[in-house]
Amino acid sequence: MTELRKRGGGGGGGGGDPDSTENISDKETDGEDRIGLTGEGDRDSKPDTDTPEVPPPGERTPKCLNKALGGLSSRWKNWWIRGILTLTMITGFFLIISLGPFMLILVVMGIQIKCFQEIITIGYRVYHSYDLPWFRTLSWYFLICVNYFFYGETVADYFGALVQREEPLQFLVRYHRFISFALYLAGFCMFVLSLVKKHYRLQFYMFAWTHVTLLIVVTQSHLVIQNLFEGMIWFIVPISIVICNDIMAYLFGFFFGRTPLIKLSPKKTWEGFIGGFFSTVVFGYIFAYLLAQYKYFVCPVEYNSETNSFAVECDPSELFVMQEYTLPSVMQTVLRLKTMNLYPFQIHSIALSTFASLIGPFGGFFASGFKRAFKIKDFADTIPGHGGIVDRFDCQYLMATFVHVYITSFIRGPNPSKVLQQLLVLQPEQQLSIFNTLKYHLKERGMIPKAVEGQ
Amino acid sequence: MTELRHRGPQENEMQQQPDDKGSESEVRTDGEAASDSETKQDSGVPEIPPTADDTPEVLNKALSGLSSRWRNWWVRGILTLAMISFFFLIIYLGPIVLMMIVLCVQIKCFHEIIMIGYSVYHSYHLPWFRTLSWYFLLCVNYFFYGETVTDYFFTLVQREEPLRILSKYHRFISFAMYLTGFCMFVLSLVKKHYRLQFYMFGWTHVTLLIVVTQSHLIIHNLFEGMIWFIVPISCVICNDIMAYMFGFFFGRTPLIKLSPKKTWEGFIGGFFATVVFGLLLSYVMAGYRYFVCPVEFNNDSNRFTVDCEPSDLFQLHNYGLPAVLQSLTGWKTVRMYPFQIHSIALSAFASLMGPFGGFFASGFKRAFKIKDFANTIPGHGGIMDRFDCQYLMATFVNVYIASFIRGPNPSRVMQQLLALRLDQQLHIFNSLKAHLVDKGLLSAIEEAA
Repeated sequence: MTELRKRGGGGGGGGGDPDSTENISDKETDGEDRIGLTGEGDRDSKPDTDTPEVPPPGERTPKCLNKALGGLSSRWKNWWIRGILTLTMITGFFLIISLGPFMLILVVMGIQIKCFQEIITIGYRVYHSYDLPWFRTLSWYFLICVNYFFYGETVADYFGALVQREEPLQFLVRYHRFISFALYLAGFCMFVLSLVKKHYRLQFYMFAWTHVTLLIVVTQSHLVIQNLFEGMIWFIVPISIVICNDIMAYLFGFFFGRTPLIKLSPKKTWEGFIGGFFSTVVFGYIFAYLLAQYKYFVCPVEYNSETNSFAVECDPSELFVMQEYTLPSVMQTVLRLKTMNLYPFQIHSIALSTFASLIGPFGGFFASGFKRAFKIKDFADTIPGHGGIVDRFDCQYLMATFVHVYITSFIRGPNPSKVLQQLLVLQPEQQLSIFNTLKYHLKERGMIPKAVEGQ
Repeated sequence: MTELRHRGPQENEMQQQPDDKGSESEVRTDGEAASDSETKQDSGVPEIPPTADDTPEVLNKALSGLSSRWRNWWVRGILTLAMISFFFLIIYLGPIVLMMIVLCVQIKCFHEIIMIGYSVYHSYHLPWFRTLSWYFLLCVNYFFYGETVTDYFFTLVQREEPLRILSKYHRFISFAMYLTGFCMFVLSLVKKHYRLQFYMFGWTHVTLLIVVTQSHLIIHNLFEGMIWFIVPISCVICNDIMAYMFGFFFGRTPLIKLSPKKTWEGFIGGFFATVVFGLLLSYVMAGYRYFVCPVEFNNDSNRFTVDCEPSDLFQLHNYGLPAVLQSLTGWKTVRMYPFQIHSIALSAFASLMGPFGGFFASGFKRAFKIKDFANTIPGHGGIMDRFDCQYLMATFVNVYIASFIRGPNPSRVMQQLLALRLDQQLHIFNSLKAHLVDKGLLSAIEEAA
């Protein structure tokens, strides 16, 4: 424990999340986790006898990095590895953005599949259920079903024109829910038929584990894609804000950290938390200002049926048009300005930054608790120095849902093409009645000239 | 085992009528055989002590004279009749009572499954957990009821200011409530009990997924017309009873290792009997507006009404029989409601897939070594035991209606339309006008307006 406190005071006592910040040394995380675990392991063994420790995955740093950094002490080596990988990931992020929306969708899907695989593998290890009959097939099958269902709902909305053109696609869209349900039922029946007498409980556990993982991973990734369609800025800004919060909270904790935040992650401090909050708000504000000027980021992603590709061309909505705001008197005296020019989107970015700083860490605590519960250090060993993909994305999940709910509640109403599509499926009498109500409504608002009406 | 085989042909495991003692000994035998081999695998979860007998005193006294096997038959039979009469009574009482009953059944099912989780994991004393489970139930129900209410009570909601705000920001409010529960969970994590707490969190969420979503689908079906609520439930009940009867009299070949008392004869006989029953019941019910009309909320009288012009589905049509059936029955055409054809699909699903829900619940009970989910209904077990086959059925009916019967809900579409920006509304207005003109629904004169 003294060792921990010493590390806490000197090097790493930072508010930085040991699990998701890029710069914390691996050794410190190791030491803290191991100490926490051995202390708890004895007491824990009574209630949870049937779940043994999961053996840690092997070291996976690429040979070239190992050679290059062979000279340094192992603590600095870890720092360098994490730093290099961080830069690599951030560069990769920018590269993908420049490649366009389609690539982004593919990358999101790839990440979703990897996260699913990591969590399911942990489930297998925890329950020794590698050899359960059929189960791996069934887990992947359920993943495909749920993805099919969600992608079908999205595709039908956004690719309306394309769908109307192709006959088989039309059939698939019309009976989409029925087909998805039938696919899911087939998996359910296979599960029931695969129940083996000795392994009932394990099989039910893995069934539930798969479903909860699907609920978390797949729904969030689809919300991310829906945010993306709203405009790439709704994808980039939230993710960047969460990353920035991690880094800033770590740096503030490193330099000023003193008061521990929560017993679950002893290395987080209040100083890091609050410092991270303010710096993230500022970063979000500036970053939103930078991105809001480019149509490429701001326009909703649309599918152009003629060119068969995605297009981002539009008239920026009023959120992204510079407006003049009068400052409240408090701020007037502070800044000595009467009015300010800013994009309305920047005000929304403050809300997003606040959420990312205040609630985002709870996603990290949840993942930390999960790792303690199952006595694992990292979700997997995919990224050297950082752990698995889930380790990097644990704070992002709540953020994606929040952004989606925020958009639907405050920014826009329902998706217009979806509403039109629903309209076209209704019965003719219903369409007529809606048409008349809408006509009346639009005339009231002056959208249709009333003069023409007098007939 | 001889005892089991002897009972085999006679008593197929069936939910409504049968023999408690038979199913008890079957589970116990299997349970014992299983527990020896299972103890090696699942040493951490002990057997759950069987719940005590809950038969009311009055029944006990009245039937004290009979031998215990017949007594069980009588208890189950009386309770079956009581449940069916109760079912008819609440149908008579109207849609709002039905919705409340569905809500209560949902809460009781949730409670039963969560109690099993607590027993399995000895987690009665986990800090906060019971509060959190009920809180999540409340949140998810709020979210789903909010979505339903906004659709069907549109005018009422627009009238009242607080309701309007609640409905406009509904998703945000629900999400905020859920987040609060999530944060409370994270803050309640206690060092010694991490794993238990995560297990209970997962258990709660899976239970919510199963129980709450299905009960809301049932309510959606109900709003479509009470017939879409009554016929599926009756088909499932009929399938249970008929499969049991056929198994009892003709049962010989076992169906699945998971439930040794089910037989192929019961399964197939139950299938045909249910299809016939479904046809007859739909014929009887489709004649009444009370069952057939969508449930609507009348803004002026502030009550639910079921009054409408029956849709095409519920009007008698003449169908020409295919040649095979013509020779069999000697009729050329038959008058039936189109709904009866749909009822064949519903009955087929209830007979073929419904039992899988029952097998799933049986597997679950074996996995956790419990005989019944709870002891709510004397002779039958818990509410979950009665409703396990219904869950898949509710989802199927909802998907069926959405795919084959009707499209989206018009009032909901209207509401979404009015929530759009004005320029988007104008764009949709023009597209709709073009579409209607295309179909010839709008005359040229109107088009010019």
